[in-house]
Amino acid sequence: MLEKQVVYESALDHDFLGEIYLLPGGLEIKKCIQCGTCSGSCPMGAVMDHAPRKIFSLIRAGFRDEVLGSNTIWLCSSCYTCAVRCPKEIKITDVMYALKRIAIKEGKAKQGRKAEALSKNFVRMVNRYGRNHETELMTRYILTAEPLNALSFVPQGWRLFSNGRLPLLPHRIKNIEQLRKILRKVDELGEI
Amino acid sequence: MKYTYYPGCSVKATAKLYQESIDAVAPELGIELEELDDWNCCGATAYMSVKELMSFAISARNLALAEPFHRDVVTPCSACYLVLNKTNHYFAEYPELRKKLGQALEAGGLSYSGNIRVRHLLDVFVNDVGVEKIRGLVSRRLEGLNVAPYYGCQIVRPEEGFDDPDVPTLMDGLIEATGATCVKYALKTKCCGASLMGTEEKQALGLCRSLLFEAQRNGAHCIVTVCPLCQMNLDVYQPKVNRLFGTDFDIPVIYFTQLVGLALGKSHKELGLGRLAVKMTRPMERILQGA
Repeated sequence: MLEKQVVYESALDHDFLGEIYLLPGGLEIKKCIQCGTCSGSCPMGAVMDHAPRKIFSLIRAGFRDEVLGSNTIWLCSSCYTCAVRCPKEIKITDVMYALKRIAIKEGKAKQGRKAEALSKNFVRMVNRYGRNHETELMTRYILTAEPLNALSFVPQGWRLFSNGRLPLLPHRIKNIEQLRKILRKVDELGEI
Repeated sequence: MKYTYYPGCSVKATAKLYQESIDAVAPELGIELEELDDWNCCGATAYMSVKELMSFAISARNLALAEPFHRDVVTPCSACYLVLNKTNHYFAEYPELRKKLGQALEAGGLSYSGNIRVRHLLDVFVNDVGVEKIRGLVSRRLEGLNVAPYYGCQIVRPEEGFDDPDVPTLMDGLIEATGATCVKYALKTKCCGASLMGTEEKQALGLCRSLLFEAQRNGAHCIVTVCPLCQMNLDVYQPKVNRLFGTDFDIPVIYFTQLVGLALGKSHKELGLGRLAVKMTRPMERILQGA
């Protein structure tokens, strides 16, 4: 049986759109004409809770929890196909990044638990060494996000290691202090 | 032709074979790559998912370090290319962002005025060296080898770049110049799944399956790529694709620099071909027969 769900105006969050406006190029979202080019172009559109066109509609209507709780933002691989095809030149990939950040910051990344673990470990790695150490990143990611599934990564890991593609030691940049000073300053300035 | 070289983290590890082939081929083409001293990670896609301004700031440190040399920055990695380029564009387009980035760099004793051009190594091969020059240097024509040109997504997007964002063709010409046949490849810019291979493995394996299937359907003996992540997903995960979907793909995925290197007569070892997960055995037999 079909059950129609009603969402009352009071449950919506009309400030949500304002947060997106603050992004570089975020105001462009006003121009969305709901043509669906983004959804039709997205390699992951078919398995998303809401493909990009619908996400934009939901953002504009204030469906904050619906958007942040969807699997859509975590299935975006940043291929930018939607962004280059959008007739209104909306920076769709940037909006997806913004949604990821908001969801992570507010602890709403229910469906993005693994992506959150990967990204946070990546940031830690870069802040520590100045570069990504792929071997350590993969190990840490598996231990934090998929410890029970660790064995399934072994064949790929072995294929890389046995072909000399997984160095054991990280490389730390010489002037890591300079990088950290830059990061501290950003912290002080506040994000965009 | 001298450039400032930004290798990116991958070519130091999982894409070591890319670097080996670049070292073997670039000097032959008159490309001099001087590695940017003390470069740091560009931030890739992961940093941006957590912190935006920080991500632009770490990327901008590289541009600031490169600026005093007044040369184009060249990178072989599509993700680095996209991120550094995006930082450059946003730096020019958004004054508020530019101001904050300037302050952040200043805290590290650096400055950037926005005058560095970031380019992909493929761009240098086809536009600076030129396909005709490369054709003239070929000592072993790769006759009989069918190659699928896989550009992936990030090399042609999102800013106006050196090739068409939907139907790029520059690498096709490069492939033909080696004597190989460039097969039709409708999915040449379709995504491989990138880092989703770690977080949403089944979906990413599905994308790789389509890419491998399309290459096989068009009779490709190997796929040529320009990106470390594309190469790793299609190569290292190919056995897993086969297991999950019951397929029997056996398609080596090599870098365009390795293909050019083969045509220039470089050895298997010099080009790092031994490091592939899906070995070049069968296509190599074809090349040696033709020679």
